[in-house]
Amino acid sequence: MLQIKDLHASINGKEILKGINLSIKKGEVHAIMGPNGSGKSTLSSVLVGNPAFEVTKGSVTFEGKDLLALSPEDRSHEGLFLSFQYPVEIPGVSMVNFMRAAVNEQRKYKGLTALTASEFLKLMREKRAVVELDNKLANRSVNEGFSGGEKKRNEIFQMAMLEPKLSILDETDSGLDIDALRIVAEGVNKLKTPETSCIVITHYQRLLDYIKPDIVHVLYKGRIVKTAGPELALELEERGYDWIKAELGE
Amino acid sequence: MRAEQQYIDLFSQCEAMICKHSAEVLNTPRAQAFADFEKLGFPTRKQEKYKYTDVSKLFEPDYGLNLNRLDIPVNPYEVFKCDVPNMSTALYFMVNDAFYRKALPKTQLPDGVLLGSLKELSEQYPELVGRYYAKLADTSKDGVTAFNTTFAQDGFMLYVPKGVVMDKPVQLVNILRADVNFMVNRRILVVLEEGAQARLLVCDHAMDHVNFLSTQVIEVFAKENSVFDLYELEETHTGTVRFSNLYVNQEAGSNVLLNGMTLHNGTTRNTTEVTLAGRGAEINLCGMVIADKNEQVDNHTFIDHKASDCVSNELFKYVLDDQAVGAFAGKVLVREGAQHTNSQQTNRNLCATREAHMYTQPQLEIYADDVKCSHGATVGQLDENALFYMQQRGISLKEARLLLMFAFVNEVVDSIRLDALKDRLHLLVEKRFRGELNKCQGCAICK
Repeated sequence: MLQIKDLHASINGKEILKGINLSIKKGEVHAIMGPNGSGKSTLSSVLVGNPAFEVTKGSVTFEGKDLLALSPEDRSHEGLFLSFQYPVEIPGVSMVNFMRAAVNEQRKYKGLTALTASEFLKLMREKRAVVELDNKLANRSVNEGFSGGEKKRNEIFQMAMLEPKLSILDETDSGLDIDALRIVAEGVNKLKTPETSCIVITHYQRLLDYIKPDIVHVLYKGRIVKTAGPELALELEERGYDWIKAELGE
Repeated sequence: MRAEQQYIDLFSQCEAMICKHSAEVLNTPRAQAFADFEKLGFPTRKQEKYKYTDVSKLFEPDYGLNLNRLDIPVNPYEVFKCDVPNMSTALYFMVNDAFYRKALPKTQLPDGVLLGSLKELSEQYPELVGRYYAKLADTSKDGVTAFNTTFAQDGFMLYVPKGVVMDKPVQLVNILRADVNFMVNRRILVVLEEGAQARLLVCDHAMDHVNFLSTQVIEVFAKENSVFDLYELEETHTGTVRFSNLYVNQEAGSNVLLNGMTLHNGTTRNTTEVTLAGRGAEINLCGMVIADKNEQVDNHTFIDHKASDCVSNELFKYVLDDQAVGAFAGKVLVREGAQHTNSQQTNRNLCATREAHMYTQPQLEIYADDVKCSHGATVGQLDENALFYMQQRGISLKEARLLLMFAFVNEVVDSIRLDALKDRLHLLVEKRFRGELNKCQGCAICK
């Protein structure tokens, strides 16, 4: 589904990603862990086309297409979704108008007709249930005045609405209490199908108790320095990152 | 005094003609107004109040005037279908400065309400109109007001007697219509007696592709406990220059809402002066500007808190694209003794390009010690993070920008106290941002 080859990227002339290689197959869940500042969020930003980052080298193929050549919105239409670490508040734009624009632009891209108002509201109702998102929140402005937990739930709600092929969860567990974490993780699991894949970026094992990864990677100084099975996450939780740094001769 | 001279000459030559085609009430203050105009001239940019609009330059070109009151052939009811749908308004027209009375809507006005041509009502009720006309608009203080009072021959008047509530909003459509570059000097007079209630929507349209210059002076007298909404909507074109001076006097317990919206224009200068003269009066003063190309909009407001326990809420929002220029200067004066004043002024502006310019000047002067006042002004760009967030969800950059701009001005549209007009404005604003609104929506004039 996704092939990243020798990906280099920088921000304001500073190189953050220094040659990422990663391959994700249909149905797989990959966890990316690593110490602060290792480039995890940069990787997710580059994949979804955040204009703040510049790709200096390498290639990314998504479902056979050159991902880096696509605009951010077309990457979304092709089935790429990012659950933001810090979801943005958009005062004055209602969730309903926001989601309707998003869903209908995706439909247009796929050559489908726009949903009618009642079809759309029905869809909203259905998907809200996935993450137990309150109707009141759905009627408010996007993320405005939402608590940290509500914002993350709202991200997963949007994921449910857009049904992406590949979802990137960027520290979706940060700022969540145990109950909110469970609801969010269960939401992600409900949306999981054999056809969809997931990249989970996290600092902690905790989220991975709920969303079981097939493969765990350690990102360090802009490179993937270790790849193993789910047991790696447990080992990191127990031993920290120093032993990996030691293995790298630091 | 180059720009002034042609008008001084014109008035000296045509005074008799101007007076002949107007009414005694309008002629009475004319000589004084002319003397004031000769003395003041047009305001210059050296004056703080007119810093952002070069008035003389705008008056310099040669415009035709219809001082002889020739009938301008147009039937607005035929060419103009631009009603606000689902909002049963009593719809009236002014062609240039003349009230169109050949065909009037079959609206049953409440007893005692006077509505129509200012000139005709002045002739019928000279004592009543004379009590109010040119009493708020001080010609000794503003060159444009002096100019307008010198040349104005007609306009519109609405008088609502004591305790009368007009359920149906009144819509007045000003149509600028001429075959040559043309000047219009128009007056509007609104009087609400004690406890009266009315709503007036004034739409400005330019029908022909010639250059227009219009000056308009509106005087509003809101007596005790009266309620009045005035919505002004400008949808003209880039060849239009508009000067509108609005004077409002509010007595105790009155509640007035003023909302000026500029959707399409050339160069616009709106001056609004509100006096809160009686205890417990409330003013809500809002403005919205959407400008692009070389459009210019300058709003100058002054709220004078003279009495105690008054409330003023002011909100102006601008969205400027291309090389558009916006200016907002808002002064709130809380006089000695105006205790328990609650005043809030907000001006927020978006510049969508590097070439768009916004000048903002909030001013607050307080001489009372038990008041609650705040003011704030911002100029900014669209939020890049919000744009990217929307793009990630599949919304195109263009659409995301529209959603943000739309959201930005919505607050002003939402202040409208007429639901049908609010819905209509939401639509108009959206179309304006999408570029689907060339001049005005749905009217035959803009075919």
